[in-house]
Amino acid sequence: MTGHAERADMNIAIALKDVRKSFGKSEIIRGCSLDIRKGERMALIGPNGAGKSTLFNLISGRFPVSSGDILLNGESIAGLRPFEINRRGLSRSFQITNIFHRLSVYENLRCAVLWSLGYKYSFWHRLSGLKDVHERAEAVLEQIGMKRRRDVAAGLLTYAEQRALEIGITIAGGADVILLDEPTAGMSRSESDAAVELIRKVTAGKTLVMVEHDMSVVFGLADRIAVLVYGEIAACDAPAAIRANARVQEAYLGGHAPTEA
Amino acid sequence: MNRLTYKPLDLGRWIVWGGYAVLLIVAPLVFNKGASLSLLSQIGTIMIVCLSYNMLLGQGGMLSFGHAVYTGLGAFIAIHAMNLAAQGTVWLPVTLVPLVGGLAGIFFGIVFGYVTTKKSGTTFAMITLGIVELVFACSLMFPEFFGGEGGISTNRVIGKPVFGISYGPQIQVYYLIAFWLFVSTVAMYAFTQTPLGRIINAVRDNPERAEFVGYDTHKVRYLTLILSAFFAGIAGGLGAINFEIVTAENVSAVRSGAFLLFTFIGGVGFFFGPMLGAIAGIFLTVMLSDYTKAWQLYVGVFFIVIVMYAPGGLASLILLHLRVAKHAMYRRIWPALWRVVAATALALAGAVIAIEMLYHLTLESANGTEMRLFGMQVDTARAPGWMAAALLFAIGAAWFRQARPAFAAAWNRVNADIEDAMRRQA
Repeated sequence: MTGHAERADMNIAIALKDVRKSFGKSEIIRGCSLDIRKGERMALIGPNGAGKSTLFNLISGRFPVSSGDILLNGESIAGLRPFEINRRGLSRSFQITNIFHRLSVYENLRCAVLWSLGYKYSFWHRLSGLKDVHERAEAVLEQIGMKRRRDVAAGLLTYAEQRALEIGITIAGGADVILLDEPTAGMSRSESDAAVELIRKVTAGKTLVMVEHDMSVVFGLADRIAVLVYGEIAACDAPAAIRANARVQEAYLGGHAPTEA
Repeated sequence: MNRLTYKPLDLGRWIVWGGYAVLLIVAPLVFNKGASLSLLSQIGTIMIVCLSYNMLLGQGGMLSFGHAVYTGLGAFIAIHAMNLAAQGTVWLPVTLVPLVGGLAGIFFGIVFGYVTTKKSGTTFAMITLGIVELVFACSLMFPEFFGGEGGISTNRVIGKPVFGISYGPQIQVYYLIAFWLFVSTVAMYAFTQTPLGRIINAVRDNPERAEFVGYDTHKVRYLTLILSAFFAGIAGGLGAINFEIVTAENVSAVRSGAFLLFTFIGGVGFFFGPMLGAIAGIFLTVMLSDYTKAWQLYVGVFFIVIVMYAPGGLASLILLHLRVAKHAMYRRIWPALWRVVAATALALAGAVIAIEMLYHLTLESANGTEMRLFGMQVDTARAPGWMAAALLFAIGAAWFRQARPAFAAAWNRVNADIEDAMRRQA
């Protein structure tokens, strides 16, 4: 993989270059290198504690990397703050719902589109006069199927609705690279199916990276699967190959073919 | 319970603002007795302060213990500007002095705000407390600027009257305050309807997520604080004109605490809450202190009661009652409500009598133990007064204990019904 380090491949959305992360003495991410192509849907799987969420936090700037480099569209984003990375076109969701709970659903989405439409810190525009913001927020509202819950405070939504809003906020800004951290965690089968449909719809044409435990979601949605074991990428391949990969079976699936986790 | 949105009453926006303007204009004509004009002037000034404070607390979730830094330093700069204008060094009509205060507010907001807004939550609160103590300490170190113990005084009548306005008579000062209050209220309300005004709500709710939708939360808080300090400075300038004196107390933590108290009493969740808080606050501190030495005790107890039983402040109390009235369900809570109110009044009367007697006994018994209370002669050294107080309090408290569950039940039932009705409508 080192051959890629010098030239920025135009088809690579995210490139991890020997990324390492330590908390105190324990090294959680132990040299991850991975290329995620533009427009592909990649699932990140691995046993609990493998460092999937940590890797997401490194890519999105929540934590700084200890060493190594992360490239977004060919440019290094290591050491940048979350809002700087977001402005470069990467947006993420959270495993534990992370929304603006006292604002209405509509206001949540409106906040999520303001920066990308260039209104920044403006205190000289009237919100109600911003047609583009309104239209974009309404469009996302429609996409996540929450038109009827438009004016409900986000904190009062059901769990599944909050998860949908979580995805809505993530995609509202129009980022090209979307990171979803366990978008279907804690959902019932039917809710999870609906969530998969939603994800498929809203990330069409974008690069998607998701952490997911639900194997039916993973195998239904992903173009490629990366397996993270103890802070290292054990394998990265198409779903069928991953299913057949002996190393994956041993390390992660306990010798059994992937079924539902 | 309360949805924290800042929506205009779409249909009646003009009526609301027009009514507000008319209210400001006619207020001194209605309340035209003695000191009421001075009271109105103070209320107007404090309204601006509390509204600006709520930009931090209610809208931004920033609990500041140092807002008086911006009002106070704004006032000092304004009063120095007035004195310079009186000497003829600079040209400055008194009408624009509040603007000088506001610009000073912006300046100090830029200087101090950069540090305070780096963090939110407890850290923010601690740093603001540090800064207000720092500025207060400076007031002792730089007597040329702060005027030492006596403060800086001025004469607000500068130069020849313009269109007959000299700002000598209090009524003219009132209208100056009313004008700036109106303009500031409109501006601060408008702020809540801008991108920054909405994003500061988002930063209040969830700063981490705000960073992941592209916002530097430090910058959002910083800009909001600078704007808030601008309005605080305007109020400071108005205070300087109104009192013609500014002392170190104006930049103290005590003054900052009063702003926090008033704003919270009024209700931080609603745009107009702080205005109610300013009215209540001035009544409690200025008027009550005319009647009783124990006024600070009453203010403290009142604040505690609000925090514990009505954390949404007076504004939420009023709105909840209006909602009940709007759904025509008042007669369902009325029987229980009047009992609770009457019981509270009884207990309160008993407590007030006891407190007043105690204050008299400890502070003024040298001039005789007799005092007048509610038109009656009471001897604080004898039992009857105390027994009456104890009896009133005991009856009131017992009645309250007995009446409260019924009221709570009725209140909850009515509100549940209202919420059902609202859900069915939606």
